[in-house]
Amino acid sequence: MTLLRINGLGLEIHGTPILRDVSLEVARGGITGVIGESGSGKSLTAYSVMQLLPEGSAPRGEVLLDGRDIALLDEAALCRMRGNDVSMIFQEPMTALNPVRTIGDQVAETILIHAPRTSRRAARRRAAETLERVGLPGDQFPLSRYPHEMSGGQRQRVVIAMAIALRPKLLIADEPTTALDVTTQAQILDLLKGLVAEDGMGLMMITHDLAVVSDMADDIVIMKSGEVVEQGPARQIFGAMTHPYSRALMEASGHVPERAGAAADAPLLEVRDVIRDYPMARRHVLGPSRMFRAVDRVSFNLAKGESLGLVGESGCGKSTLTRAILGLDPIQGGEIRLGGEVVTAGHSVSREQRRKMQVVFQDPYGSFNPRHRVGRLVCEPFHLFDRQPRSDERDTALANALESVGLKADDANKYIHEFSGGQRQRIAIARALIIRPELIILDEAVSALDVSIRAQILDLLADLGDRFGLSYLFISHDLSVVRSITDRVMVMKSGRIVEAGETAQVFDTPAHAYTRSLIAAAPRLPDHAAAT
Amino acid sequence: MLRYTLRRLVSLIIALAVASVVIFVAVEIVPGDPAAYMLGINARPDTVAALQAELGLDLPVHERYLAWVGGLVQGDFGTSYTYRTPIADIIGERLWVSLPLALYALILSTLIAFPAGILAATRRGSVADMLVMGITQLGVAIPNFWFAMLMVLVFAINLRWFSAGGFAGWEHGIAPGLKSLTLPAIALALPQASILARVMRSALLDTLSEDFIRTARAKGLTRRQTLWRHALRNALIPVLTIIGLQFSFLLAGAIIIENVFFLPGLGRLVFQAISQRDLIVVESVVMLLVFAVIIVNFAVDLAYAAVDPRLRRS
Repeated sequence: MTLLRINGLGLEIHGTPILRDVSLEVARGGITGVIGESGSGKSLTAYSVMQLLPEGSAPRGEVLLDGRDIALLDEAALCRMRGNDVSMIFQEPMTALNPVRTIGDQVAETILIHAPRTSRRAARRRAAETLERVGLPGDQFPLSRYPHEMSGGQRQRVVIAMAIALRPKLLIADEPTTALDVTTQAQILDLLKGLVAEDGMGLMMITHDLAVVSDMADDIVIMKSGEVVEQGPARQIFGAMTHPYSRALMEASGHVPERAGAAADAPLLEVRDVIRDYPMARRHVLGPSRMFRAVDRVSFNLAKGESLGLVGESGCGKSTLTRAILGLDPIQGGEIRLGGEVVTAGHSVSREQRRKMQVVFQDPYGSFNPRHRVGRLVCEPFHLFDRQPRSDERDTALANALESVGLKADDANKYIHEFSGGQRQRIAIARALIIRPELIILDEAVSALDVSIRAQILDLLADLGDRFGLSYLFISHDLSVVRSITDRVMVMKSGRIVEAGETAQVFDTPAHAYTRSLIAAAPRLPDHAAAT
Repeated sequence: MLRYTLRRLVSLIIALAVASVVIFVAVEIVPGDPAAYMLGINARPDTVAALQAELGLDLPVHERYLAWVGGLVQGDFGTSYTYRTPIADIIGERLWVSLPLALYALILSTLIAFPAGILAATRRGSVADMLVMGITQLGVAIPNFWFAMLMVLVFAINLRWFSAGGFAGWEHGIAPGLKSLTLPAIALALPQASILARVMRSALLDTLSEDFIRTARAKGLTRRQTLWRHALRNALIPVLTIIGLQFSFLLAGAIIIENVFFLPGLGRLVFQAISQRDLIVVESVVMLLVFAVIIVNFAVDLAYAAVDPRLRRS
């Protein structure tokens, strides 16, 4: 039975067409997965159902909830509908909650807003019940907790509790697990599936990741550039994709770049028993200082031309280890050698050493100064040379770097906002490449990218690695990416390397229980589909 | 919360100690001998020396510092060189003008700025927003002494609603005292209100674009409910910072306005004391102002923690 029917939905924002003729359905008690890359219009489709569109929006078409057209409701009726009949959960649990109000308040608010005659006590009791339902029992997570006292996964549970407190008919989840670790993601997906089954809700699950919805959705809708390109029952869609875009998306999700992978034996980076301690807040003003061990006696080698993966969940110490290797933070024990020379933190890192390693970060938007031209941004590492290159040398190096990452030499005159996320990540790689380093550290470098862009960047990295004999230290929480591009992989947990070995071996026969749980939690595409 | 308060208290005491040393040293190196100044240019050296001994100016520097700080702690600010009366009395008298004036101006400025800032932020781009932005631009730009004189011209000289200056005192009741502080308070409040309204507007706009506002709307809250229940308290942090700075400024920075309106406040006291080389008065008043600023900042720090639970832990 149909709960939500979107019929010929169109949307223009300030005259720019965003959605064209989108039609889809969500059944009562059913899960519809809406899949698309950034800019496909999947989130705005969801906001059209909530009628929470940005200013300047001009929607057309019908959005029927239980046969009633939402587009015809006035604001007061919409406010009654939101949170009561239709609820929504969001991508970023870290910012989705009001930081200055307790979780109990925020969950109870949903109840109080829609049933003003409920007593505060009754609302709080119901809030406690709902939090318990989403896996936050009151003895561990009292209503008086503030959001900052909880992890990302726990906060997402609070957001879910707010959304389901009144048992809505339709729940819209907009990339609810994208910002979470794999194991947390698996738990949240299980929770959503359970809630849908118990309450008979309809769930509209928006995601860029085919694997996430592959084993939970009844129906799949694939969107591209504001249009639905393909839709149907999940089994059918994964069995026989008809639209070329759907196929491309599927292939990109499981893409494995071709690499020659000829690693020499000589170690480029040697990490021996590295320890990194952080001072923590004292318990009392005059109490003893306490230390938090973020990296605990980590040792490994990275050979020239090798690609080494480092996987682990957020907070496991992988970024701290990266900072130590880059010589940005001092270490409290052990030794890091790059090309045989010891890396020490601070100004004592020689320029020569710094020239040998470069880093590419996750966020292609935040890691560039928006007021500099691309040419200047890419040439930044040149200050590591004792002799500054002549301007013609510089221009040649700049043009080569940009062309080797698939951009044009005259892109150097543009500003960073003129580029898409994927192009920016290419520019970040060009910036790392321009001084021909031996080691590039990729810190979640493809995590923020759409699958098709990610496939291109992985190909680019594989190709550059082969051409220039680069070594990669590839840090990611995304197991499928690490599997596709590394020779060896290390699994990190609570500051320690719990397992290390050949990538294929670690993934196929994981020895450590934690590795097994990580691999089990990672969403997978159905086998019969990946083959097509 | 207790730990947070204790930590703030410790830093408050350190700040006060440092400030006292800086003020003492600064006044020490100012040229001009108070004794010589008081006796005039024809005074005989032995008379000057005798006066110096009487005032305690012949003692070693560290002894004078300790005597001064020791007195301050007990509420004894010493005796004014020129007035020959206890400084505590003079300051106390002046404080009864300056403190109410600063509070009055601050309340006015907040009462104007909050509604204006909220209106401008919630109706961004509307006529109301443009009006608020235009008027506050003017308010920041116009010097307050000029505005004060304009008000005197209109409300005191032409309309005769207020007196042109002077202070009625509190002994005839609150109303006459407040009345004589009204024009000065408005003159002081205008630029402050303009700055505060703009800060309020931008802080609120930032908050309104946060993710949790969208969450609140998705729960079914109306725009108005979202504003009052979720946006305002989050927008208060930068606003509190500015209010704290403004109060300190109003207390210490009313020198010109006090002169325009002939108000016997602290600002005028400092002004006179400097020109008469009454260094001990200068020291004491400056120390008092520094004390007030530090206390206000302490209060603002506590207010931050009250508004934002994330700060209570640090």
